Amino acid sequence: MTFGSGAMTNSIAEIEHAQVVLVSGSNTTETHPQIARRIYDAVDNGAKLIVIDPRRTQIARHAHLHLQIRPGTDIPLLNAMMRSILDENLVDDLFIEMRTENYFAMRDKLYQVDISQAATICGVDADSIRLAARMYARAQRSVICYCLGVTQHVCGTDNVRSYANLAMLTGHVEQEFTGVDPLRGQNNVQGACDMGALPAVLPGYMPVADETARTKFQRAWGGKLPEKPGMTVLEMTHPADGKVKAMYIMGENPAVSDPDLSRVRHSLDHLEFLAVADIFLTDTARLADVVFPAVTFAEKTGTITSSERRVQLLHKAIEPVASAWPDDRIIMELSRRLGYPMDYESPAEIMEEICMLTPIYGGMYHDRLDAEWGVQWPCAGREHGSTQFLHKFSFARGRGWFEPAEHQAPVESADADFPYILVTGRVYHHFHTGTMTRRSQLHNREYSQSLIEIHPEDAEKLSVAEGEHVRLTSRRGDCAFIVTITDRVSPGHVFANFHFTEAPVNFLTVKQSDPVAKCPEYKVCAVRIEKVAA
Amino acid sequence: MRDVMTICCYCGCGCGLYLRVVNGRVVGSAPSRNHPVSKNNLCVKGWHAHEHIHSPQRLTSPLVRKDGRLVPASWDEALDRTATALKRIKDRYGPDAIGLLASAKCTNEENYLLQKFARAVIGTNNIDHCARL
Repeated sequence: MTFGSGAMTNSIAEIEHAQVVLVSGSNTTETHPQIARRIYDAVDNGAKLIVIDPRRTQIARHAHLHLQIRPGTDIPLLNAMMRSILDENLVDDLFIEMRTENYFAMRDKLYQVDISQAATICGVDADSIRLAARMYARAQRSVICYCLGVTQHVCGTDNVRSYANLAMLTGHVEQEFTGVDPLRGQNNVQGACDMGALPAVLPGYMPVADETARTKFQRAWGGKLPEKPGMTVLEMTHPADGKVKAMYIMGENPAVSDPDLSRVRHSLDHLEFLAVADIFLTDTARLADVVFPAVTFAEKTGTITSSERRVQLLHKAIEPVASAWPDDRIIMELSRRLGYPMDYESPAEIMEEICMLTPIYGGMYHDRLDAEWGVQWPCAGREHGSTQFLHKFSFARGRGWFEPAEHQAPVESADADFPYILVTGRVYHHFHTGTMTRRSQLHNREYSQSLIEIHPEDAEKLSVAEGEHVRLTSRRGDCAFIVTITDRVSPGHVFANFHFTEAPVNFLTVKQSDPVAKCPEYKVCAVRIEKVAA
Repeated sequence: MRDVMTICCYCGCGCGLYLRVVNGRVVGSAPSRNHPVSKNNLCVKGWHAHEHIHSPQRLTSPLVRKDGRLVPASWDEALDRTATALKRIKDRYGPDAIGLLASAKCTNEENYLLQKFARAVIGTNNIDHCARL
């Protein structure tokens, strides 16, 4: 929103040529292994690696500098880094002059920042902050990779803006090998957003509230399109007044993945009607009135868009297992029954329509994607090439906008009743709610139990040993885990994953979310821990 | 035996991989040597990306709830029941009483169709997916 589009500005292969890589809130080695591989290649080529993370993850252990901040203190850290960049005169004046706006407001804000005060809030020392700032700003080619550790906070949008501010202040965007790269967690998060599977935008990020955009789609689809932005997933699964009466859920598992699960399951259970299409009988499907068996990626054709905006073709390897259908066929049949025939002979034909209506996908015809290794958007038409990196010469929104940000404390902090801070995330062997990886023999062998990471000092205080069971309780619910003792977490913090249906950590998490992006605050939740018998 | 080039079903890196097919079953997965992201390399999830495909726990038939229990049904029955329920709820409470979740695990084409279904057929912008989770 500072640059005008939400996607990696670089390509994955560019990372290995960076001189400084700043990784924030990303357990890259475990969750984006191919990106971590490029980061390690860069380090082998002499690049410096800075990691900002409350946990000492594997990539943090390899870092030249690890800023082990308290969860939710990215903004004071970045403001302090930027203040230090100002003080040491490492600002890219020409870039700011030519390519950005609102710099003076930003500078005024930074002049109020006290680096040592920020260091206290973040729990790191001021010299490390200055060192990080110097390393990042001095290099010609610095790249920032961030993930959900940055966005899953009540101040997630401001966190992201702050990283963008840092990049603009030092001119580290618009070129090859330097930029701001959000890493996308699932194979087609990028594409689902691009396709307008969002409440406020049509395909290609055209706002539903914009009449010109609506008119364009009305002409193609017929009828009159609704203009009021819709509800986000959390507004649907935590409805204030039971406004949602029916849901259709395609391949998602909110009964495990969403925060404050007791409320989610209650509202899904109380719908008048729920239909779920999935490959397994997930916890969400168990609550449904109708369940459709869908196919896996091996049984269908279509495209998915990776983190680096690369639109690639899936090839059908086998016929659908049992009587499963691809989701597009299910939607077409439902649509026909509701009096709106959708007649597409193949996914390639659906893509033709997408190409015509979505400028950034203008040239993504299936035959063309097959002739190369996919195509990176924006790609305006058949003659338009793939776009390796974004914002060359100008940002999607014109000039880059500096938006000063203030520290905002997390919703919950540790207190006498709930003395520990729980951070949630993912592990190498499992994926999201575990519906696929938990059914794989190898992954279950390698990581078969829902572990909670506890620091040795805390383990001693709680008198728990490796492999013993504990119960975590938050203001919303409780959940049992098996202890693993490690210094990956700092004292006072514990880490759990949400892959295990038998240990649904989201019964504990808070549903408060960022007011703009609506990311729930998964990274900070106050809990108490008790030892229990196995 | 044949190898079919496709893209990994897990994270957002977008690795190109080959699914190894024997007698209509996917039995293995291997990296593409030339794909610009995977470059002859996969992580443990990519190497085992095929293992859930033939899981005995796959759903084999549509299910509909009867007397409180989910029981197998025909495609026609499941689709009819869904269409009727959506129509009834839309008529009674208006289109905004219906919410739809698309998927970061489905294709662009499927996501496009579901949001078109939400907006043009149901008449609501209540469409989202788990990008934030």
